[in-house]
Amino acid sequence: MLEDFFKVVKKRFNDGDDEYKPPMFKCPRCQELSPLIQYEERRRICPKCGYHGRLSAQERIAITADKDSFRELDSKLRSGNPINFPEYESKLRQSSESTGLSEAIITGTATIKGSECVLGVMDSRFLMGSMGSVVGEKVARAFEYATEHNLPVVMFTCSGGARMQEGIVSLMQMAKTSGAVKLHSDNGGLYIPVLTDPTTGGVTASFASLGDIIIAEPKVLVGFAGRRVIEDTIRQRLPEGFQLAEFQQDKGFVDMIVERRKMRSVLSHLLKLHGYNKKEV
Amino acid sequence: MDEKKTAWERLQLIHVKDRPTIREYIPLIFTDYYEMHGDRLFGDDKAIFGGIARLNNIPVTIISMVKGRNINENKECNFAMPHPEGYRKALRLARQAEKFHRPIICFIDTPGAFCGIAAEERGMGEAIAKNIAEFMTLRTPIISIVLGEAGSGGALALGVCDELAMLENAQYSVLSPRGFASILWKDASREQEACEIMRITAEDMVEMGVAEAIIEEPLGGAHNDIDKISENIKEYLSKKIPEKCQKDIDVLLKERYTKFRKIGEFTE
Repeated sequence: MLEDFFKVVKKRFNDGDDEYKPPMFKCPRCQELSPLIQYEERRRICPKCGYHGRLSAQERIAITADKDSFRELDSKLRSGNPINFPEYESKLRQSSESTGLSEAIITGTATIKGSECVLGVMDSRFLMGSMGSVVGEKVARAFEYATEHNLPVVMFTCSGGARMQEGIVSLMQMAKTSGAVKLHSDNGGLYIPVLTDPTTGGVTASFASLGDIIIAEPKVLVGFAGRRVIEDTIRQRLPEGFQLAEFQQDKGFVDMIVERRKMRSVLSHLLKLHGYNKKEV
Repeated sequence: MDEKKTAWERLQLIHVKDRPTIREYIPLIFTDYYEMHGDRLFGDDKAIFGGIARLNNIPVTIISMVKGRNINENKECNFAMPHPEGYRKALRLARQAEKFHRPIICFIDTPGAFCGIAAEERGMGEAIAKNIAEFMTLRTPIISIVLGEAGSGGALALGVCDELAMLENAQYSVLSPRGFASILWKDASREQEACEIMRITAEDMVEMGVAEAIIEEPLGGAHNDIDKISENIKEYLSKKIPEKCQKDIDVLLKERYTKFRKIGEFTE
C-alpha cells in the first residue's frame, strides 16, 4: 500500500547513494576498511588479513553440504520461558523474524562430497548464538541420532555462551550436550567441531571442546571467559592475538585451522579417513 | 528451617565471613582423611581440595572447592576460583575413585572458574567440558553438595552427579547476579533485582529438577552451629551413599544421564 510504496522509493534512494559511496566493511581483527562487496564476494573473509567473518546458518549449510542433501531434524522445537524472564518471548520472536530461524542452531543430516553425517550449524545472529533449552535439546538429539545411526557429527559452533534469560536451565544444557557427545564417542562415533567466530563461554566449555578432531576457521575468537571480564578481573591489557584460533592451536586446543574455501574437502577427507564413505543409495 | 527468606537475603548469608568451608566440615563429617595433590600434568591448584576418607566405615573420595576465611587463606586458594589444573586434579581423583570403586562426594563452593590469561592459555573451556563429559559416565556413584555459592560452568565441572543437594541457603546460578545484571541490563547495580529474578535458591533448584535435596541449616545460617550443620550433611550422606552404592551401576549411569537430559523447557 502507501507504506510499501514509500519503502520502495526509500530503497531506490539508498541504492542510488551506494553508487557514490560504496558501503565498507571494517575488519574486527585488523581494523582495516575494505569495500563491503569485496568482503561479501570473498565469502566474508577480510581481504586484508584473512579473518573469517560470520555466516548465517543457512549460508553455512549451503556452502558445506552437498546440494539438496540437507534434511533438517527437530525443526519444530520452540523455547519455553523456564524462569519467566521478562520479555524473553518477544526477544525470541524478534530474533526469529530477523533471521528466519526458529533458534540459534539448525541440525540435520547431510552429505559432504557424498559422505553422510549429522550436521549442526549455529548462528550468532540469534541471541548471540546463546545456548538455552532448544539449542541444548537439538544438540543432544543430533548426537543421539548419530549414535543410533552410526553417523559422524560435524558441528559448526559460534556462541556467546549460556542463554542468560533461561537462568540455571541454560547452564544444565552444558551437561546435557556433553553427556550426549560422550555417549556418541563411547560408541566409536567421530565428532568434528568446527569453531567459528565467536565460540565462547558455555559452548566452549561443553560440546565445542569435546571433538576427536577440532578445526577452527582463521582468526576467529575462541575462548571461555569474555575478554572484558578477564580485563576487569586482572586489570591489564590482553596480549595481541589472545584467544584467536591461532592462539588456541599454539596452546594445543585446536588441531587444524582450515580456510573456508577448503573446508568441504578437508571435512570430506576426514570423514572418509574414518571409514564414513559414500552414502549407500 | 528458617522462615522464608528472599534470594537476596540468602545471598548475604552465604557471604558471611564465618560461613563454614570444606576445611571445617571435613573433621566433623569424615575420618581417616588424607589429602591428595596435583593433576600430574601441570601443578597443584589450591582452589580444589581432594582426597580419600571414610564416611562412617565406607572409603570415599572427596573433591571440593576451597574457600578461605581470611585474606591470606583466600589468596592461597584464589577465592575458590579454580584454574584448569584444578579441574584436571578433580578428574584425576575421580578416576582414581572409579578404579578403586569408591563413591565420590563433591562439595561445590565457588563464584566460578577463574577468568585470567593463564587460565585461558591452559584451556579452561576444555578442562570444564572434559570433566562434565567424563563425570557423566564415571562408573561409581557421585553425590554433589552445594555449600554456598555455585557459579557457572566452573561449578558444573563438579556438578555432574547422581544426586545434587543444596544447603538451605546455598545458591546455584548461571553466573553471579552482579554479572547477570551487568550483561543483560548493562547495569551491575541492579544486582538485587537480578538475584530475585534469576531463580537461584535451593527451592528453585529442586523445583526445576536441578537438585534433589535440601539440607537444613541452623537458624540464621550454617555459621551459627557448625556441629549441627555437619551432622545434617553427614546424615544425608550416610543415607544416600549406601543407597547409590547398592544400585546396579548401569542403571545408575542411565539415571544420571536422564537427570540432565530432561532439564529444559520447550514445545514441539
